[in-house]
Formats: sequence, C-alpha cells, structure tokens
Amino acid sequence: MSQRITTADVVKVAKLARLDLDPEAIERTTAQLAGMLEHFADIDALDLDGVQPMNQPYPLTNVFREDIILVGLDREEVLAAAPEAEDGRFRVPPILGLDS
Amino acid sequence: MTPRTAIQIAAGVRAGTLKAADVLEEHLARIDARESDVHAFNLVMTDQARAAAAAIDAAVAAGNDPGPLAGVPVALKDNMCTHGIPTTCSSKMLQGWKPPYDATAVIRLAAAGAVAVGKTNLDEFAMGSSTENSAFGPTRNPHDLSRVPGGSSGGSAAAVAAGFASVSLGSDTGGSIRQPAALCGVVGVKPTYGYVSRYGLVAFASSLDQIGPFTHTVEDSALLLDVIGGHDILDSTSIPARQPSLRDAIKQDVTGLRVGRITDLPEGADPDVAERLEAAFDALRAAGATIVDVQVPAFSYGLTAYYLIAPAEASSNLARYDGVRYGLRVNAADTNAMYGATRVAGFGEEVQRRIMLGTYALSAGYYDAYYGKALKVRRLIADDFDRAYQHADVLLTPTSPTVAFPFGSKSDNPFAMYLCDVYTIPTNLAGHPAMSVPFGTGAEGLPVGVQILAGTLGEPQMFRAAAALERAMGVSK
Repeated sequence: MSQRITTADVVKVAKLARLDLDPEAIERTTAQLAGMLEHFADIDALDLDGVQPMNQPYPLTNVFREDIILVGLDREEVLAAAPEAEDGRFRVPPILGLDS
Repeated sequence: MTPRTAIQIAAGVRAGTLKAADVLEEHLARIDARESDVHAFNLVMTDQARAAAAAIDAAVAAGNDPGPLAGVPVALKDNMCTHGIPTTCSSKMLQGWKPPYDATAVIRLAAAGAVAVGKTNLDEFAMGSSTENSAFGPTRNPHDLSRVPGGSSGGSAAAVAAGFASVSLGSDTGGSIRQPAALCGVVGVKPTYGYVSRYGLVAFASSLDQIGPFTHTVEDSALLLDVIGGHDILDSTSIPARQPSLRDAIKQDVTGLRVGRITDLPEGADPDVAERLEAAFDALRAAGATIVDVQVPAFSYGLTAYYLIAPAEASSNLARYDGVRYGLRVNAADTNAMYGATRVAGFGEEVQRRIMLGTYALSAGYYDAYYGKALKVRRLIADDFDRAYQHADVLLTPTSPTVAFPFGSKSDNPFAMYLCDVYTIPTNLAGHPAMSVPFGTGAEGLPVGVQILAGTLGEPQMFRAAAALERAMGVSK
C-alpha cells in the first residue's frame, strides 16, 4: 500500500481536520493509525483493475421534484442555539489578521 | 400488567380497553426502578410523554383513531432530532443543543400515535460497538449489568430489553442496531438503504446510515417499518417506490424459501454463537425452507473497506461542528484557533481517531491508495452478494461473534472493538437489509442473535424467515 504513517503526516492531517492535538495525542494517534493501516493492508492482495468504484448503495440518479414552497427554519430559534449571535447573524472571532 | 408488544398496546388503546396513560405510567415506573442501574437514557421526557398519552386517550374518547401505534411508548436514539428537545449524540459537542426541527421518522411515529418517552444513550456520534464511548457514561446490559449492551444504539436496545419502552428506534451504519439487539435479546432491523428517511438523523456516514426499529417481536418491527418507511422529499436518497406491507409479508410461511449458508464466512464466532446459528438453520429447514451453500468471497474484506469509507464520510460530515452555528465553542483569538480548540474539546477520543483516519484516507497522495481502493472493494462485496442471491433468498450468519462482553474488555484496542461488527458491516456496504432475531442463549445464559440478510428491498423474505425463527422459539406475543 504506502509507506508507514509518520508523526509529520499526523501533524498535517490534524491541521486539515481542525483538531488542535497536543504532542502526546499526536504520538498516540500516529501509533494507532499505523496499527490500523497494517490491518487494512489485506485489500492490497485484491486485483481491483477495472472494478468500478461504488459511490452509493442504491442506484438513484437525477432526483427531481416539483419546486414547492416549504416553511423554513425560524431564524430567531436557530440563532438562539448559536454560541454567539448579533444583529440576526452568527458572530465569530476575528477571521483576518491573526492567521495561526 | 399491560401487554409489552406494540401491536397489543395499540389494539387495546384503539379499542378503548387500555389507557395510553396507564401504559405510559407502567413504563415510567420501570424506568424509575432500574434506570439508575441501566442508564439507557440521556433524557427521560416524562412531562411531554404524559401530555402525549393524555392526548391519545382524549382522541379515543372523542371517537377518533390515533393510529396504528396508539399509545405505544417509544424510545428514540439521541442522534435523531426532536424539535425543542435536547439532542446530544452523547457528545459534549452538542450538549444542551435543542434542534429547530424534528426528524421525519420522529414525526411519522408521533402521527401514528406513538408516545416518545426519552432519548437514548449511544456511542458518541454512533461510533462504537459497546456504548462505552458516550460522553455521559456507558449504558449497562439489562441481562447482566457488568456487561455492555452493544452499540452504538446500546441505549435503545437496553430500553426495550428492560421494559422502559415497548419499542425504540436506532441507527445502523455498520451494525449499530443489529449487534446491540443481539446482545440485549431483542429484534433489531437495518432496512435497505433509502427505506427510511434519514432527514433529521445526525449524519455519521451518509452512504451507510439507516434508521430502524428495536422490538420484542418480529411483527412489531414489521409494524414500525410500515409506519416510518416510505419516500420523503426531504431526503433525496429515500426510495421513491412504495414498499409492500411487512405485516402482510409475515403471514406467509417459509415453505420453499431458499436460505443460504455462506461457506467462506470469516471465522471467529464463539462456539456458543455458532451452535445457535446451526440450530437456526435446523429450525428453518424444519419449517419448510431449503438450505443452500453460497460463497461471498469479498465478505472478509468488509471490515477494511468500512473502516476507510465510514471514517472518510464522518470526517466530512463532522466538519460542521466548528463552534459557529450550534453546540460547543471554545473561544480563541481568531476563528482558526477557535475551530481547533473547540473540536478537540468537544469530540471524544474515538470520534477524533475516526476523523483523523478519515481525513488521512481522503488526503492528497493517499486518496487512491485508501479511499479509492475501498470504494472498489465495496463494489466487489455488493457483486458477490448479488451472485449469492441468485441462489438464495436470504442468508443466515451470526449477528455478533460473541455474547455481551464485560466493560473495558475491548476499550484499549480499537481494532478488537471493530471486529465486533465483522458479520454486520458488509450489509451496510452493499446497502442491503439485515436483521437480528433473538435465538436462545449462549455462554452465561446471555442472549444470542441470529442475523438474516437479504438483497436490495428483500425485506418481505427476510421478515418471513425472521417470523419462522421466532415461531420456532415459541415467543409469546
């Protein structure tokens, strides 16, 4: 399959997954993923040339329906569940200028 | 004491010989007596349930029919959205969140007269096979409190087994209904992908997830699927065609039904479980079915394909928990830092592990080697099943390789836990239906389940076989 997963791989994947893992968690995860990927090497023995990938289990294509008006979610109710909201919008910490 | 099955409860309530309120109070009394030991629920909805039961009784008194589930106490896995009622997925990430809408299955149950009694515990975001991964503590098996109920729908299985609810709903991505049903001694069904709307079911792996029932009897499961099944415009993957009634299907016996034995099934079932499987073949043969040998060579590759595909889909689905619109937020100086801090604080260890595995399997440079390959293996498995179903109407396997296991016995080794689902996973990959039926006991007198599998929309044949096994066990209705 591929070369053994490294700590550097896991650091990169954690960044992609937006998980702020500490060094101890990085080490533990590296060992666990390496162990799992070893088990998963069993499919390397299969001849998969020419096999079509199966993306969905039930062959529905082009699902169309009438364009009907349904009641949407209540904005106040939705915003009430947000960690922070202001003036009818979700409020988040600064996005620009503090890139981590 | 009131009857325990949904069919009997609804018949009594509709006829006016049974009060929905009395049925509910009996179930609430059992919850009071044993819930502190079992911990099946994240939330018991006492007030809402009492109001719903009173409304059912009022409807009957006014001469109206509340529906085919009139007054039936039902428990809902806590990953199904309930409007205004906390839905946690047993995760700190969603603790306290009140959904602004109901899941379609929840709406259909209520419209049929069912009374929701509570939200049941699960492995966090339905990832696990023991309900030990809940952020709110494990559920215990009502048959032996030192053992797990299975998972991830362990709370829903335990709630029915303990008599806290007559029936319940769970979700099954790789065995999360069937395995706990087997370990708790109840019936559990994973229908064909698309049979039941997933609208309002918190997504884990969208190409694998299905909602299904836990019940005491096969006929109750048929009734529940007849109620919650069917097309939903809010789920574009729900099957448009109308399905035949499963309650009608089980009126037919198994004479002439071809029951397949998978001769190349992965080994690993304990002897007590294997013995009950043989007894099930014997019972179906005695009831008039024909036993045939079939091969499903790719079956054993299911575990690998699943543990690449399901985490990949989960890593994408769980990206929505970013501390912006709902759920937990851990504040930080900027939005990027807030994402990372929130997600590491909100997700438990197993969920983080699967997000990492899935993100890795999808990442540039590894996509073809892992995710792409797994999708091809998925095709092989589906094709192998299709060939087997040319010779057999249903297949029989163990549901779980073992009876309920003690707490902590698999929690240190993720892969040992994953092996719990070796017999249930291939069904989800193929999109087929499968169900677990209690079929006697194994080691320590603990329940053993037998799994019946069928091809796409093969529910009628699957239920016929299930009903025959139930008759062979002499289950009282």
